[in-house]
Amino acid sequence: MASISLSSICPSAALSFQEKCKDKTKSSVLFGKEKQPLYMKTKSRGRITMAVAVNTSRFDNITMAPPDPILGVSEAFKADTSDMKLNLGVGAYRTEELQPYVLKVVKKAENLMLERGENKEYLPIEGLAAFNKATAELLFGADNPVLHQQRVATIQGLSGTGSLRVAAALIERYFPGAKVLISSPTWGNHKNIFNDARVPWSEYRYYDPKTVGLDFDGMIADIKAAPDGSFVLLHGCAHNPTGIDPTPEQWEKIADVIQEKNHIPFFDVAYQGFASGSLDEDASSVRLFAARGMELLVAQSYSKNLGLYAERVGAINVLCSSADAAVRVKSQLKRIARPMYSNPPVHGARIVANVVGNPDFFNEWKEEMEMMAGRIKSVRQKLYNNLSAKDKSRKDWSFILEQIGMFSFTGLNKAQSDNMTDKWHVYMTKDGRISLAGLSAAKCEYLADAIIDSYHNVS
Amino acid sequence: MALRTPITKRFISSSHASRSISSWWKHVDPAPKDPILGVTEAFLADPHPDKVNVGVGAYRDDNGKPVVLDCVREAERRIAGNLNMEYLPMGGSNKMVEETLKLAYGDDSDLIKDKRIAAIQALSGTGACRIFADFQKRFSPDSQIYIPVPTWSNHHNIWRDANVPQRTFHYYHPESKGLDFAALMDDVKNAPNGSFFLLHACAHNPTGVDPTVEQWKEISYQFKVKGHFAFFDMAYQGFASGDPERDAKSIRIFLEDGHLIGCSQSYAKNMGLYGQRVGCLSLVCEDEKQAVAVKSQLQQLARPMYSNPPVHGALIVSTILGDPDLKQLWLKEVKGMADRIIGMRTSLRENIEKLGSTLSWEHITNQIGMFCYSGMTPEQVDRLTKEFHIYMTRNGRISMAGVTSGNVEYLAKAIHEVTKAA
Repeated sequence: MASISLSSICPSAALSFQEKCKDKTKSSVLFGKEKQPLYMKTKSRGRITMAVAVNTSRFDNITMAPPDPILGVSEAFKADTSDMKLNLGVGAYRTEELQPYVLKVVKKAENLMLERGENKEYLPIEGLAAFNKATAELLFGADNPVLHQQRVATIQGLSGTGSLRVAAALIERYFPGAKVLISSPTWGNHKNIFNDARVPWSEYRYYDPKTVGLDFDGMIADIKAAPDGSFVLLHGCAHNPTGIDPTPEQWEKIADVIQEKNHIPFFDVAYQGFASGSLDEDASSVRLFAARGMELLVAQSYSKNLGLYAERVGAINVLCSSADAAVRVKSQLKRIARPMYSNPPVHGARIVANVVGNPDFFNEWKEEMEMMAGRIKSVRQKLYNNLSAKDKSRKDWSFILEQIGMFSFTGLNKAQSDNMTDKWHVYMTKDGRISLAGLSAAKCEYLADAIIDSYHNVS
Repeated sequence: MALRTPITKRFISSSHASRSISSWWKHVDPAPKDPILGVTEAFLADPHPDKVNVGVGAYRDDNGKPVVLDCVREAERRIAGNLNMEYLPMGGSNKMVEETLKLAYGDDSDLIKDKRIAAIQALSGTGACRIFADFQKRFSPDSQIYIPVPTWSNHHNIWRDANVPQRTFHYYHPESKGLDFAALMDDVKNAPNGSFFLLHACAHNPTGVDPTVEQWKEISYQFKVKGHFAFFDMAYQGFASGDPERDAKSIRIFLEDGHLIGCSQSYAKNMGLYGQRVGCLSLVCEDEKQAVAVKSQLQQLARPMYSNPPVHGALIVSTILGDPDLKQLWLKEVKGMADRIIGMRTSLRENIEKLGSTLSWEHITNQIGMFCYSGMTPEQVDRLTKEFHIYMTRNGRISMAGVTSGNVEYLAKAIHEVTKAA
């Protein structure tokens, strides 16, 4: 191994190292104007003990990550100076005045917490016990036998994303090689989550562009065709991005084929209460599967239904066939969470526990949820009315009324969606998804004009 | 509970048939209890009146009670009724990150002025280390991480789950209960050029043993010679000496030497925000453009893990650090906590010595920060727990934050009992 001393390359190397390094300008004399460190220049000579690589970075080759397709929309919206601009990008609820909305019951719960002066100690890895109990009861129903039998492993997670990620890590660890089947399309971040968790995935047909509805036969066929023992990712209610949900009869058939193939259902429930306005109704798909004795996973989020977006509150539930399995699974969920974030944030969980645990707050919450879901239903209707009235081509826009939840899949393609943004300053995701939560009654007409123009005049 | 399984299932291969009747999760073993957090669980379950918890590193006042700092309570009052619970950006609260960088890099840091630091809000120290470990895996896939022996146990979990192979370097010297500096330097020299090292910026966890300023300078120099990457985990800034500037000295030495470091910061201890999960991950880059690119990649790692970080704790931090009076109050309260711990170190040592122990206990006062590496064996620790209802981790680590004037004599007596010659 050749050894070249610094002084043979640069005379000033005779000075003490410490003196040189104190002053940045001196180091540029040492190494010349270029930022290349000495060892890089002499790399071809093999390993050489060289001094000092000042200012070299290991990150030279790092390129800019693409903007997130969903969160990037809000950023673009903020930068737009047009008066007409409309943000139908990210699914965060807005009032008719297009303002963010903090639920009254949340404010009350926070004030109560402030008065109590609660401490900020670490939660256990699995999160706040009162929250975990409340969230499982909300999901399965407080009287569900699966809860009495202690067959559900629940840990608090970082909203829907974090809960999905922990579950994905569980799948990777205990079902190596097993695939997750995800709907085509699905929420953009699902693929990222499974990719980063190194869980292979494939798609099942879901959205039918011809009907702007559910491709039910395609869905069943693809679930059937997958290897036995795959995980099937299902949106519990208010499918994101399409807003298209299976009917109860269709859910039964989906459960049939999943049982037939020994697949494991994996529900993403991000909109419980937000879709129909009823917590119980929106949980009916999950409860249907549970009632059949199936084991399943469910990720929950309180971002939308309690408006707790930024507090990152959610849970991962694993319904097992025995209490013993639930205990073991819970311990392994904790083992995954510990090296990710140690224990989950306390504030949002306390809010949920306080709201659900207090009968008055709970009722108030249900009312506010009905109000939010109601506003969305009414703008859906208004948008449809405007589209029907203004579209001279007599295209049937009724699919909009059949969809449910915060989002609507307009059927617009990428070019048409771009037109929405470029010409009409309507911000949406490129898959044609609009967030009705960001739409006011006052803007329905404008939006209808934009959609009609984009649909008919752009291809 | 019988499963309603259609008849067709029985004709599927036997391995699947057995699954349809029993659970998918048969092969899932119970996980071992977390060695640190499991201690508190055991403590809580113990009904004994004299029980002492010197396990997890959460600060307690002299009555053994958790503390919420006054500056935090005030900040909470100010942010109550906050009208905005909208998602933070993926990189978290910019305001909070700015203030946090000043703490680590210095108020007048050129790196901050030149926007050369890629930084995101993280889920406390754990989250910052994990995102860094994932980043290291993604962008230096062939690299390993050198971890000191011993270290916080979760460090091993973090880099393992990130699939980054681990090596160790010498750190703690059991005979002197101090730093094994010579062996540490050998390991630094013998590691391949350009290796990644995890360093504790101050108040090493679990030993409480920190290099001196001179030793840090030598370590920094050798890192330059070898082209190593320094990742600092700074979980106790302010908590070690009582002075945040002083506690950041190791980092400042490396920065003066031109290292492009990485840093994890946590507000769990120094602001008492444990359960809020507030921290920051930063990476020093060559220039602003690179910092923007690196930050975008850090966000790309955060998005499929939790999308964006929690807001409440970040608001508390930015409210406090953004208000000169509140910041002064915070600095005073941090010093108060550090001083109480330093006082308890002295008291514990004196009490044990008073009992006539023939062993040396000077390491109790030589070590710094929340933890004292007592040198007790796992068997001695087990005796402490079984006979005296004293809870600590089996590596002999005492969380000094759990020591009070009310329990220090009892603790000293118990330690003396289990360590004295038979």
